[in-house]
Amino acid sequence: MKQLTAKDIEELAVGAAVLGSGGGGDPYLGKLMAKQAIEEKGPVRLLDAEEVPDDELVIPSAMMGAPAVMLEKLPNGKEPEAAFRAVESFFGKKAFAVMSIEAGGINSCIPIYTAARLGLPIVDADGMGRAFPEIPMVTFTIGGLSASPMVCCDEKGNQVTLKTIDNFWVETLSRAVTVAWGLSSMIGLYVMTGKDLKAYGVRGTLSLALEIGKRILGAARSKTSPIDSILEVTRGHRLFEGKVTDVQRDLTTGFVRGKAAFEGTDSYKGSSFALDFQNENLIGRRDGKPCAMTPDLITALDRETGRPITTEHLRYGQRVTVIGMPCAKIWRSEKGLALVGPRYFKYDLDYAPIEELMKGRSA
Amino acid sequence: MRYRLGIDVGGTNTDAVILDRDDTAAAFGGYRVVAQCKRPTSEDVSTGIREAVQGVLEQSRIEPSGIAHAMLGTTHSTNAIVERKGLAKIGVVRLAAPSGHAVPPFIEWPADIIARIGRHYRIVKGGYEYNGAPISKPDKDEIRGALDSLKKEGIEALAVSCVFAPVNDEQENLVRELAGEAFGPGFTVSLSGEIGSIGMLERENATILNAAISKIASTAYRSFQDVLRHHGISADLFITQNDGTLMAVDYACRYPVFTIASGPTNSLRGASFLSGISDAVVIDVGGTTTDVGILRKGFPRESATAVEIGGVRTNFRMPDLISIGLGGGSLVREGEGGVSVGPDSVGYRITKEALIFGGKTLTATDVAVSAGMYELGDAGKVSRLDKRIVEGTRERIRLMVEEVIDRMKTTSEDMPVVTVGGGSILLPEKLKGASGVVRPKHFDVANAIGAAISQVSGSVDGVFDVAGKGRDRVIEEVKAAAKAEAVKAGADEGSVEIVELEEIPLAYLPSNAVRFRVKAAGTLKK
Repeated sequence: MKQLTAKDIEELAVGAAVLGSGGGGDPYLGKLMAKQAIEEKGPVRLLDAEEVPDDELVIPSAMMGAPAVMLEKLPNGKEPEAAFRAVESFFGKKAFAVMSIEAGGINSCIPIYTAARLGLPIVDADGMGRAFPEIPMVTFTIGGLSASPMVCCDEKGNQVTLKTIDNFWVETLSRAVTVAWGLSSMIGLYVMTGKDLKAYGVRGTLSLALEIGKRILGAARSKTSPIDSILEVTRGHRLFEGKVTDVQRDLTTGFVRGKAAFEGTDSYKGSSFALDFQNENLIGRRDGKPCAMTPDLITALDRETGRPITTEHLRYGQRVTVIGMPCAKIWRSEKGLALVGPRYFKYDLDYAPIEELMKGRSA
Repeated sequence: MRYRLGIDVGGTNTDAVILDRDDTAAAFGGYRVVAQCKRPTSEDVSTGIREAVQGVLEQSRIEPSGIAHAMLGTTHSTNAIVERKGLAKIGVVRLAAPSGHAVPPFIEWPADIIARIGRHYRIVKGGYEYNGAPISKPDKDEIRGALDSLKKEGIEALAVSCVFAPVNDEQENLVRELAGEAFGPGFTVSLSGEIGSIGMLERENATILNAAISKIASTAYRSFQDVLRHHGISADLFITQNDGTLMAVDYACRYPVFTIASGPTNSLRGASFLSGISDAVVIDVGGTTTDVGILRKGFPRESATAVEIGGVRTNFRMPDLISIGLGGGSLVREGEGGVSVGPDSVGYRITKEALIFGGKTLTATDVAVSAGMYELGDAGKVSRLDKRIVEGTRERIRLMVEEVIDRMKTTSEDMPVVTVGGGSILLPEKLKGASGVVRPKHFDVANAIGAAISQVSGSVDGVFDVAGKGRDRVIEEVKAAAKAEAVKAGADEGSVEIVELEEIPLAYLPSNAVRFRVKAAGTLKK
């Protein structure tokens, strides 16, 4: 039986930022909350998806809002439980476990907090295997699972339950509520059975984040580079090595869209790289040719420490290694690509898996 | 009354300079250097200052009464925090409830500092939303109860934090008022809105540190003032802060935490003054390390990420610096990959261990003397140094510095480079990425000069809703507010300019919330 301890959370948060694919929000706040809850209530049991019976309920728990506000107006601490219990009461049945909808960024840790507070186990799975900016962008949508009934809670005790016709309305309405509450809320949504979880969840993502974090922090202690070791555990590819030569950000519709340009160093000398992002990194091009694209994961790492650099922290002069990691298989289905493929983000590109794009390529 | 005295207390040396007003030196802000003196920093700090001040007074032969302003840069507060010395027992009142309970004050603080200052806090009703609407109304009785119970716990100073305090200071001021009633006048109360910017935990941490060092900082500043009086200098003493501007002693006693990174800031500002260049890369080479920073409009570019001080995460206004292990005392070695320089250094033992002083360790300074770049010690001891090592060392230093220059720049365009600090003699006259390399006169006392020419500033940092009034109107308002802060801090109104304006839209939600950080600065009122 696997248990998540406070020390694990430290590592998991670092790994979650790698899976955040450049976005997902700083896991710092979630990490502090989860560590504290574990210190107070004891370790959280980490369940394999197979351990959840088909007819039992699992409820994901998450935080939404503007990252800058989340770090200023800190939660009360009761919201995640309240949202979870409210969703549960809708079904008149106790949930079996807590789950994460997003393995990358802050929402990797919030559900661990919720689980510790409730004394429930957490499932080693999520709905993305990475981070994406919108609520419908989860593998559960591919399976036709409904995000609603969704419950949003604020720190004051306000609660809004949404019952909508589809997952897109959930996005629109919950954002409106979150804005009204001062740009931060805790949510419970996408309640599902063990059967649906096994069919549509992305499995093993918490332990993956934990393993990545262990390797990065371990390398920091031994003063070695963890990058090869990260590539090994994520089945990833080294896309580029170089320095940031330009970062452009354009702020539209509340999302950070932008481009970063890189110039090759060492064995990549003479070569260039470009990264397109919208909160998360979406397309990586080497010398103008795509070598990784959404929903595959693209993350820029500090070349020496292997620490992930989010899109908002990219800046001129940083020495980075850009890595690409294959996404969960289910994302590569027709429905998955319609939801989070390059065309959804308005890039005129047909999706091609990273393994194919990188075939025969080397530094 | 026309002179300025600048003092910098560093880890190794205490430097003093005297500047004279000179209207022909317009490019240098109307001042020129008339005396400079370097003395070892003493254990008690005061002795080193006394000697350095005596040195410049003798050299310049001016009447002590002719000094109009005295400016001191010191790392005294930083050392107190890092060494956990003389810290006060702190109580925290956080205005936030019902928010804020999930992550209490003092989270992730090192145990050895908690052992000194305790873990006394109360989270009470209050706080604001990003747009200034209250989260909940503060309850005076609840606050009084919190203060009374903290008093019983024996706290020696109070830190007050409030959600979005940088947007509205009303609630924190209310607590200060009530604390005055509970603890009596003269009790130290630090308000988070006066200390830091958005980011509750980091700002609160900084406020706690500020309260914790208030007492020892006040004692130190008063004793420096006594040193000046001892020399017959009646000028008011100012303390330099992280952003390159000044605080009057009374103000510095209330905000000692603002002095934490004043050392590197003064060297950047001094470099700007001495070279007459306001936008440049500045390289300060000391005995052990080289600090590289960026000057923007004569001020240091500030770091955007959280800065830890003594193991405590804060969001101080700190210069964005990269430090590398390169200095005059850096060890030079020859290995398989060629010559390496540093990161280890003989430090202050250079006068015993370097070859030119009869020691056995090959240092970067030995190589500089051997190459004829500098005269020091016994050049005969290094005259037969292998040419390969000399060339290899110079090449290595050049590459190390060029890489840092490139990392610090925000565009690929070449920028002017100004080199200061005693060790800057190691640097070549041409560097990649540099449109020119300048090593100005008085480069070895740039810090003290930076202190002497400091300006006064005011700043505003908050999240504003731009939908109602419109973006342009909001920008005008925040600029005016920053200028008013600068004048309040002692700036001459006519000289105040906006030196920094940063606009950060809040991601993820399509609202019209924008965060502005604005800073205004001006010359000290005569």
